[in-house]
Amino acid sequence: MSLTRSTPGARAGTTLAQRLRGPQNRNLWFWVFVGPFLAGLLVFVYVPIGWSVYLSLFESYNTVTPTRFVGLSNYTDMLTDAAFRSSLGTFVVFAAAIVPITFVLSLATALLVARTRVMQTFFRSVFFLPVACSYVVAALIWRMGIFTGTGSGLANALLGRLGIDSVPWLSLTDPPWYWLVLVTVRLWLQIGFFMILFLAGIQRISPTLYEAAAIDGAVGWKVFRYITFPQLRTTSTAVLLLLLINAFQAFDEFFNVLSNFGTYPPYARPPLVYLYYTALGQGQDFGHGGAGAVILTLIIGIAALVQGRLVGFGGRD
Amino acid sequence: MAIVRDRRGSALADGVRYGALTLGSIAFLIPFYLLARSAFMSEQDLIGTSFHLLPPNWQLSNLTGLFTNPEIPMARSLVNSAVIAVTQTVGVLVISGLAGYGLARIPYRWSNAVFYLITATLLIPAAVTFVPSFVLVSSLGWISDLRGLIVPGLFQALATFLFRQFFLNFPKEIEEAAFLDGLGYWGTFWRVVVPNSYGFGAAIATITFIGSWNAFLWPLVIGRDQSSWTVQIALSTFLTAQSTEVSQLFMGALVAILPLLLMFIFLQRWIVEGVERTGISGE
Repeated sequence: MSLTRSTPGARAGTTLAQRLRGPQNRNLWFWVFVGPFLAGLLVFVYVPIGWSVYLSLFESYNTVTPTRFVGLSNYTDMLTDAAFRSSLGTFVVFAAAIVPITFVLSLATALLVARTRVMQTFFRSVFFLPVACSYVVAALIWRMGIFTGTGSGLANALLGRLGIDSVPWLSLTDPPWYWLVLVTVRLWLQIGFFMILFLAGIQRISPTLYEAAAIDGAVGWKVFRYITFPQLRTTSTAVLLLLLINAFQAFDEFFNVLSNFGTYPPYARPPLVYLYYTALGQGQDFGHGGAGAVILTLIIGIAALVQGRLVGFGGRD
Repeated sequence: MAIVRDRRGSALADGVRYGALTLGSIAFLIPFYLLARSAFMSEQDLIGTSFHLLPPNWQLSNLTGLFTNPEIPMARSLVNSAVIAVTQTVGVLVISGLAGYGLARIPYRWSNAVFYLITATLLIPAAVTFVPSFVLVSSLGWISDLRGLIVPGLFQALATFLFRQFFLNFPKEIEEAAFLDGLGYWGTFWRVVVPNSYGFGAAIATITFIGSWNAFLWPLVIGRDQSSWTVQIALSTFLTAQSTEVSQLFMGALVAILPLLLMFIFLQRWIVEGVERTGISGE
């Protein structure tokens, strides 16, 4: 094929410039196409990470140029810091709730929508619509419209109908009602996204499998258990991985639901919120901030690699 | 749908299914309804002690109040958001489109090495490295500067990866004909490949635009001065400081999601395709 044809004798008797440009100037064109992106990626992704590793070995308060070499002590500080470890604990609690609930509800919604004939587009659009909404706007609705501490919020209005007193959803830590707020807001925002992924997976299942099952007399749950769910294996693992990565990056709704006048309560701080206040709060502590970023990057990178190995992603060319 | 319908008890099953979907739909629409309702309520009714299904006093002045409130730089932040989202969308399409094509179609000895360098960053979400990125951008002097908000977001490894996959599956015969006509790589790309990739480009564009318009953490870190706030930062500042009228805040939120709601109505097909492509990139 002409695109990959190489000129005979390209190696012998050519100048260095010609050899660098490659046959048909291919090397040159490769860099014209790929160069801008690669340069940006190196400057804005690789350089910052490298710089951060460097900074994490130094003491650097309020400056991005290192002041005093401290070795690995920023790392040991972070790993022994109760607040940092509790932020990892917050992630675990949050993920333990949000990952399975989103998974089950978005799969259930996809199954229901896939089997409707009338108004399918309508239902799909309604569940998908919150994807257009930002976490900030959703946090505003949840905080000031639904889970308002007074009777003007929807949740307390409904409780009032049942004769139950208003609950101060966000200012109580025992019981921790704020989890209900944080989990439901993310559910609303992301169920539609994952429903679309499951719907696409369901549509790829061959109809002949269902015809065969129908001939065998399989109905309802059995069809799901032995055909639909096994056929959705690839989609399901991808969804689980995405849900976990998204939960690890949780920041927007925690910040907008819980922070007040620039301060954030000492509880319910996921890793990125913790890092935000360490590196960009009062102290501007980039040494510890850098160490924290490196630790989080390693955690998520290793998790993604392990998961990729298990699922067989990544190595695909 | 390709699912065989079971005949037994299908009326009952249909009833349960539509019942569940209707209840779910209502639950999913309630937040939008609360947003629209609150945007037209008066401050006293909104922060009072009782719930109102509809505004007892329709307050259309919230809209004018929002744009004249000296506390909220609403117009400025909407313009910032629009500039950032449009530039990033166009930039990502061009930069990642070119790179994806180069990786898919131009044979080069280091092509695989470059590709691995790109896919390695797919494992690390940008949010996790916001501290290092802040350090870099601040040393460039781009804090509270639109450049700091726009430029780092122009280099999306996922978009490049998806463009490469897409171009690998592009029918080669068309390109070969153009190539034989002497168009070369550059001419073939712009005059043959691009005009035949509008659908895929639209999918990437809509997803990029939504992500950019709704972004929060990075604009929060970089947009320190009011002049560089995006609309999300403006809303968030007044939500968390509770320093302005809540009804105007709801009106601001309504204004902020209108562009995306319109996109969802008119471009939903491309958004759905974009979600399918970006969600499961391994396929």
